[in-house]
Amino acid sequence: MKRFLIPLAAFCVLVIFLAIGLTRDPRDVPSPLKDKPAPAFRLPQLAAAEKSFSPEDMKGKVWLFNVWASWCVSCRQEHPLLVAFAKEGKVPVVGLNYKDQLGDAKNWLARFGDPYVLSAVDADGRVGIDYGVYGVPETYVIDKAGMIRMKHTGPITPESLQKQILPLVAELSK
Amino acid sequence: MAKEAAPMAADVLVEKRMVAISEELRCLVCQNESLSGSHAELAQDLRREIRKMIGEGKSDQEILDFMVARYGDFVRYRPPMKPTTWLLWGGPFVLLAGGIAALLAFLRRRARETAAPALSEEERRRAAALLDQSN
Repeated sequence: MKRFLIPLAAFCVLVIFLAIGLTRDPRDVPSPLKDKPAPAFRLPQLAAAEKSFSPEDMKGKVWLFNVWASWCVSCRQEHPLLVAFAKEGKVPVVGLNYKDQLGDAKNWLARFGDPYVLSAVDADGRVGIDYGVYGVPETYVIDKAGMIRMKHTGPITPESLQKQILPLVAELSK
Repeated sequence: MAKEAAPMAADVLVEKRMVAISEELRCLVCQNESLSGSHAELAQDLRREIRKMIGEGKSDQEILDFMVARYGDFVRYRPPMKPTTWLLWGGPFVLLAGGIAALLAFLRRRARETAAPALSEEERRRAAALLDQSN
């Protein structure tokens, strides 16, 4: 009987590892940008192309930076949550309209609501690359000093909002 | 002569280097494809960036660093050796060593069990008698 104990233990360890592996999202790759300064850029605004936006403009505020596009299906999924959240006015949400057509983007906001204080237009996706965007929607929590404190890949869920984003925002806003 | 062909050759060289670099990189949109083989739009954009950086005279290492700074070690098919990746690099060898140790232990035990038991003088005589009988 004893001689089976070691293989059995090894098998159990393997099963535990695989079980943990199953619960993790392989798309959720840890971002190297965490705790680094948000990459600088200056882009035109979606609503008013003559105005521009730079992360510099948000210095001194805690804010969310949400990457979205009208062609992005998951963005629609997270959008009602963002709209409701923005209404509470707890923290400004800036959009990055990623690789989109201007008309499509504007229609999309008109149709589904606009949770953003403004959206910057990243037509060729160059700024997206600097932010390590690979699966829209993505959301960054940026602190008063302009550091990225958290990156959320994929649509925000009520759970991730309540358990991760809001507590972090509250802590950073102190 | 070589000079006249330079523009074309340079293009080919850039393309070759771009492919070589992008084969080392994972496409994050379709994670099991390399950046060089992927048709995802992000992969195309990143290949464009790599071409641009080659044009700017950046070294391969600088280009890899550019990608890692944005997407993390995960983009590299050959992640660097560092404390968080020791298990990744060393794990297979640890498993191999464990396997060899288990095999050796098993062989040694079997050799002991199957070794011909020593017979005493008395037993040898009995055995010889039995063998004689059966003949």
